[in-house]
Amino acid sequence: MSHKIRIIILSILLILIFLFFYKVLLSEKTYQPRSMIGKSVPEFSMENFKDINRRITNQDFSTKEIVVLNFWASWCVPCRIEHPMLNELKKKYKLFLVGINYKDNASNAKKFLNELGDPFDAIGSDSKGEVAIHFGAYGIPETYVIKKNKIVFRHIGPLNQDVVKAIVALK
Amino acid sequence: MIKKVLFILFFSLLATKFSFGNDELKNKIYKNLRCIVCQGQNVYESNSDFAVDLKKLVEKKLSNGETEQQIYDYLTSRYGEWIVMTPKLNASNAMLWVIPVGIFLIGLIIISKIIRKSKINS
Repeated sequence: MSHKIRIIILSILLILIFLFFYKVLLSEKTYQPRSMIGKSVPEFSMENFKDINRRITNQDFSTKEIVVLNFWASWCVPCRIEHPMLNELKKKYKLFLVGINYKDNASNAKKFLNELGDPFDAIGSDSKGEVAIHFGAYGIPETYVIKKNKIVFRHIGPLNQDVVKAIVALK
Repeated sequence: MIKKVLFILFFSLLATKFSFGNDELKNKIYKNLRCIVCQGQNVYESNSDFAVDLKKLVEKKLSNGETEQQIYDYLTSRYGEWIVMTPKLNASNAMLWVIPVGIFLIGLIIISKIIRKSKINS
């Protein structure tokens, strides 16, 4: 192989490597795991936050057309930030909201809701964090949209207006 | 009397062996699970909330009689292959397995060519 051809092949290789890394570095950095998207709602049974005599299970809202499920806690600062958006989803868009109170103290959680409003139609208490793992949650806040018993959307972190729009568009 | 003592000793040794065996398996699973909210740590090394919850769940599943593979399958269905420290070879990660082997082979070819050339020249 002549020296010239070698240089050409090497240059093409270098350009391809450069383009590969350029594209990778410019790509979207926010990682949104998709492993639960399209799957059925995992089975769970939790203490009911609003009614101690009844437990909350996945069957309770399996007939609902659309459900917004939100993991939150009173000790979580970003949950405080996103709470007005959950209120908006309830009041303005009339969505069915299920809150999962994650490893929290019940009296602190009640104070949190009294202070910021209670947008939830049902609240379950995930005191051991097991339900969060069933949903493949990374932490809190985390929000899932369930349509006809299937997870169709997931957002990690506090809600913002763009996410609210995306959720409403799923109606 | 001696028989009784030996009997108790035998069963307590058996129980200790069983509990050590169970701990070994538990730790093996913890070490093979990634703490996905930490930086480069496995669940065994981490004390984060996520790792602690996962440890409790693994313990519960083991005591319910689930196998190591069933636990990995359950967690990969929730978090994807990323949760396991040594993911299985599949279409989406094939390049990561193939590239190092490919580079190694190319390196071998280059080195053998250089050696051959130097032998011819000498």
